Amino acid sequence: MKRRSLFLVISATLGFVFLYVPIVSLVVYSFNESQLVTVWGGFSTKWYGELLRDPQILGAAWISLKIGVVSATLAVVFGTLAALVLVRFGAFWGKPILRGMTAAPLVMPEVITGLSLLLLFVSMEQAIGWPAGRGMLTVIIAHTTFSLAYVAVVVQSRLVDMDRSIDEAALDLGATPVRVFFDITLPIIAPALIAGWLLAFTISLDDLVVASFTSGPGASTLPMVIFSKVRLGVSPDVNALATLIIVVVAVGVGIAWALMQRGQRK
Amino acid sequence: MSRRWLVIALPMLWLGVFFLLPFLEVARISLLDPAIARPPYSAMFEAGVFAGDLENYLFLLSDSLYVNAYLSSIRIAFISTVLALLVGYPMAYAIARSPEPRRTVLLFLVILPFWTSFLLRVYAWIGLLKNNGLINNMLMSLGVIDEPLIMLQTDFAVYVGIVYTYLPFMILPLYANLVKLDGALLEASSDLGASPASTFFRVTLPLSLPGVLAGSMLVFIPAIGEFVIPALLGGPDTLMIGRVLWNEFFSNRDWPMASAVAVAMLLLIVLPILWTQKLVESRT
Repeated sequence: MKRRSLFLVISATLGFVFLYVPIVSLVVYSFNESQLVTVWGGFSTKWYGELLRDPQILGAAWISLKIGVVSATLAVVFGTLAALVLVRFGAFWGKPILRGMTAAPLVMPEVITGLSLLLLFVSMEQAIGWPAGRGMLTVIIAHTTFSLAYVAVVVQSRLVDMDRSIDEAALDLGATPVRVFFDITLPIIAPALIAGWLLAFTISLDDLVVASFTSGPGASTLPMVIFSKVRLGVSPDVNALATLIIVVVAVGVGIAWALMQRGQRK
Repeated sequence: MSRRWLVIALPMLWLGVFFLLPFLEVARISLLDPAIARPPYSAMFEAGVFAGDLENYLFLLSDSLYVNAYLSSIRIAFISTVLALLVGYPMAYAIARSPEPRRTVLLFLVILPFWTSFLLRVYAWIGLLKNNGLINNMLMSLGVIDEPLIMLQTDFAVYVGIVYTYLPFMILPLYANLVKLDGALLEASSDLGASPASTFFRVTLPLSLPGVLAGSMLVFIPAIGEFVIPALLGGPDTLMIGRVLWNEFFSNRDWPMASAVAVAMLLLIVLPILWTQKLVESRT
């Protein structure tokens, strides 16, 4: 028994070292004075300064934020509706189709999702003139579509756990279904909505492949700019950018995690 | 009751238009020919006559590049999944066996990198694996090696990248499975004289197979279509089907061929996996 637990402790520790060494090295080298990424040249914050003066990165970050906020919000609306239909509504002809369509984006290779959405947009533009060209709008539609699936999973699990008798009591007391939803169901599943929103937002901020297919010349997102920079060679300001993103995400994940834990305990 | 239909119609309509319809469009364009026009493919009907054909698919079969790319994607995804299982299983088991407050913290530590930018986590490995990168510098200063190991731009780097980025997908379902494991069974096994190793292989491992399967699927499926990892960490001869599709589309600008690659990928890889998964699920 003792020997096995020692083996477990060692292998788990090595696993966590494996998980965190790359991230820690990014953060450490973001404060490196040297131009050479892997040679330590003393402590410096100059790459952060360089980053904040780079109009290309700032512009792309702003575009990514806008796309993330709008697509996460839309994904929460449609994802919650999908979850409600799947958990609360009785059987109807389209239910298996909806179930399939909310699960499938999770396993679809990104290159296929991206390519197929782009081809749809091109054909739609030809047929009905909308969407005119590609840019933020088409990326927002694409991101909404695949993050909707993640929101639906999170909200569904919360709805399944929820005690339905409260809803039924309100209905018995004469409240309309819409009123019950907004006054009772929504507040109870709110933590799942916030967690789902943050998840969708992070997924949108992170996506390179689908955005590359669906965005137009004027709307490069942050991952697209990072990818083209990284391809040309490792540059230290990307380390600084990575560190900032890690900090923002850690805070966001921390909040989402706390909300989900609280939701589970209730 | 009209509101009920609105609730159903909104997500159905969105997913129908932006998820289902696009695949029909890919299937349609895969039957056409590239053209120097906007959009860069030929029309489906010429003078009212159906002008599509299976030429792109025949080309897929005749050119060994595509066949090799499919096979090599499957091989790379499979090896990465096995490696992720070997790394992830002990971690998931250790987390599941640890006391409650620490367990929450460890789980959080597993999830945190998973939400940190995927692209940047792959990028971090460039800095570690380069010839003058952190790992080579360390090994050389310790005197373990005299000249740098060539790790970047090899299949090895691709395995590391896939295992690293998808490890949380392996750990979480395994953890969810192992945490439910009844400790009394393990005690019974050791009371009956089984060694820890035989308890593990005869009790723990068989009971955790659903978790192993779920985790392996979550790693294998996205790894198959991976583009970013082979593009940044792999060498010029690291062949993966996601990368081939990307090049066909962006470099060769052959939209119909890219569509045919996508359709074949769906039919040959994604659907069979989903189908076997469903079969296994319905049996357990």
